[in-house]
Amino acid sequence: MISAIAIMALGAVVLGALLGYASIKFRVEGDPLVEKIEAILPQTQCGQCGYPGCRPYAEAINKGEADINLCPPGGMEGVQRLADLLGREVKPLEAEEKPKAVAFIDEQTCIGCTLCIQACPVDAIVGAAKQMHTIIADLCTGCELCVPPCPVECISMPQITENLDNWKWKYPVIELKKVA
Amino acid sequence: MLSLFKFKGGVKPQTNKTQSVSEPIAVAPLPSRLFVPLHQSIGGTPQPLVQAGDRVLKGQLIGAADGWISSAVHAPTSGTVRTIAEHVAAHPSGLTTLSVEIEPDGKDEWIERTPIDYATLPPERVRELLREAGVVGLGGAVFPTHGKLTASKTVPMDELVINGAECEPFITCDDLLMRERAEEVIRGVGIFRDLLQPKRVLIGIEDNKPEAVAALQAAVAKLGEKFEVIAVPTRYPAGGAKQLIRVLTGKEVPSTKRSTDLGVQCFNVATAYTAWRAVTHGEPVISRIVTLTGNVERPRNWEALIGTPLSEFVALGQPKADTNGYLMGGPMMGFEMPAMDAPLVKATNCIIAGSPTLFPPKAPEMPCIRCGECAKVCPHELQPFEMYWFSRAHNFGKTQEYHIFDCIECGCCSFVCPSRIPLVQYFRFAKSEIWAREKEKNAADQAKARFEWKTEREEREKAEKAEKLARAAAAQAAKKAAEAAAAAATPAAASDATPEPATETAVAVTAQALLPAATEPATTTDAPVDAEAAKKAAIAAAMERARAQRAAIQPKNTENLTLLQQKDIAAVDALRQQAGIEPSPAAEAEEPKS
Repeated sequence: MISAIAIMALGAVVLGALLGYASIKFRVEGDPLVEKIEAILPQTQCGQCGYPGCRPYAEAINKGEADINLCPPGGMEGVQRLADLLGREVKPLEAEEKPKAVAFIDEQTCIGCTLCIQACPVDAIVGAAKQMHTIIADLCTGCELCVPPCPVECISMPQITENLDNWKWKYPVIELKKVA
Repeated sequence: MLSLFKFKGGVKPQTNKTQSVSEPIAVAPLPSRLFVPLHQSIGGTPQPLVQAGDRVLKGQLIGAADGWISSAVHAPTSGTVRTIAEHVAAHPSGLTTLSVEIEPDGKDEWIERTPIDYATLPPERVRELLREAGVVGLGGAVFPTHGKLTASKTVPMDELVINGAECEPFITCDDLLMRERAEEVIRGVGIFRDLLQPKRVLIGIEDNKPEAVAALQAAVAKLGEKFEVIAVPTRYPAGGAKQLIRVLTGKEVPSTKRSTDLGVQCFNVATAYTAWRAVTHGEPVISRIVTLTGNVERPRNWEALIGTPLSEFVALGQPKADTNGYLMGGPMMGFEMPAMDAPLVKATNCIIAGSPTLFPPKAPEMPCIRCGECAKVCPHELQPFEMYWFSRAHNFGKTQEYHIFDCIECGCCSFVCPSRIPLVQYFRFAKSEIWAREKEKNAADQAKARFEWKTEREEREKAEKAEKLARAAAAQAAKKAAEAAAAAATPAAASDATPEPATETAVAVTAQALLPAATEPATTTDAPVDAEAAKKAAIAAAMERARAQRAAIQPKNTENLTLLQQKDIAAVDALRQQAGIEPSPAAEAEEPKS
């Protein structure tokens, strides 16, 4: 009887120590779900969701504070993927989905005020005070944050047009032709 | 005799090659306009070196290679550059690409060509020469040839495979090239052999081209080379690089590796020919042999200039009245040319005029019955029916699990599908979607990294600024403390010597003179100055200074007033007093004076 209790107690102590050790050794830093949510978000850092960046929005989704349909750059596809990940209901996007665009600075009009450089969350604008600025189109995420600060309204957001580099094969569709 | 190996799958479509081999290669007449696209090979896009209005000579460089994996572009004939503008490309999308439009002057005047004996040059110079001459893989992939001519340092080069299989139906350009220009092909292979130093050189030709095999064998014998010219069984796609390597060497290139990892390199016969012309004749790639066949009166092979518009080229073959479109490439892997003014490019090996009888419109797609025919014919041993299923459902992760990127889009599966499903279309769609997503993902990751750097940078700057401010404030405080200490110390020292305060600093004087509370303990007790007293003294001194400053600021406009003005002010003040308002500060200030 005593020995049985002793064995059980010993087992409990050993296992408890093991678990305690494991919980320290293999501790997961941060919430892995936030990482997964963030991976789905488009990283435009545009703040259109009402949060100051993609990470805060991911955290808000994780806490259940924010809905999954607040990210216009992610589009309906992003909503779908978030819904799949989180097991939530698919909802229509809050704002309307816009075609992809990149910022363009009219260099004739630019006065070199650096306000857009400060606004750009992804360092996609080069320039210096009283020098012309320009957008590095490859780095621009199309977040439009540089548009409102510009005092001379020289930034426009032209849509990305299809070219040989970004052209994709289309989903095969059979054209239905009217016969007679 | 070498024993041949087999690759799995494959199909035997009707070859349709006899139509275009009856006549020899003819040189196509100069077209009225040439549209030379600058981006014709895999890799970087060459930048234009000419401007509108420039006169160019035949073979003049008009686009320099951009980066190592890129190939130069040359003027196909002498003439005038009309424009450098976007022009419709020979591409299934029908989109435009930057092209140089040249109006030929009819003289066909060459640049100065310098024949070079490549044996005297170091290998890297030969590779550079090929790059500058725009030599690319003419089998259809247009990969810059010089990029494939560096032998692996770790794997010994066993076999050099020269691809003359030409397995696609209708196409005969390589066949005719081998028949008519066998010697130059073999000499070109010699360049590749000298650069790569393989143990063996194997030239594979499908056995439906006995004339080409005989011509190459004769040329090999004549030049005293040890190349093996081998007829391989005719079965599509024997001309695929991996398939031909399998047939000739028995080596199977794994999906994650390249043939060079196994010590094998593969080139097309036409590439060898152009390499020879480029190196020893100084002629860059400005023309190529194109098969014009299908629904035309005179099917044959033409040596056509790169940039010839499709409309002018097909006129040479006199298309029949019911022609309804033109395919570039073969019927298995080719695509319909998007416009009649799209140019011929380095990748154009064949133009097939189509008609409703030649290529009847496809019957509608039926559901997949999972018969497995596609898997039987797939030369890469994939499972097209599974890949189709997942591509159709946009489940791209699953398609990758089924190795969609090993698919060479040969079209065997679509060819045998009893439900007439355009399987290759689905695979192309899935592949380009996966590529686009990967690109987007990479861009998003980089944007995130840049955003994080920016936030970190801003925070660091803020911290640095705060630190700087704190440091300045601390310095200020220390200075004040020192001053106050001096102020407190001075009277203490002075009180012993003289009753009159020593005038060490002005501040100390005021502090001592105007604040008896602060000075008294110091003078009376004669104790060592403690910090608190010093602080108190400093505060009091500052307050006194402020008061003195305030007192010093007097309205200055009331000085030196005339008698009349003073009288006026006095009158106004009297009125004000009557009304119960205090006298004006001016009058108050004047009082002591008057």
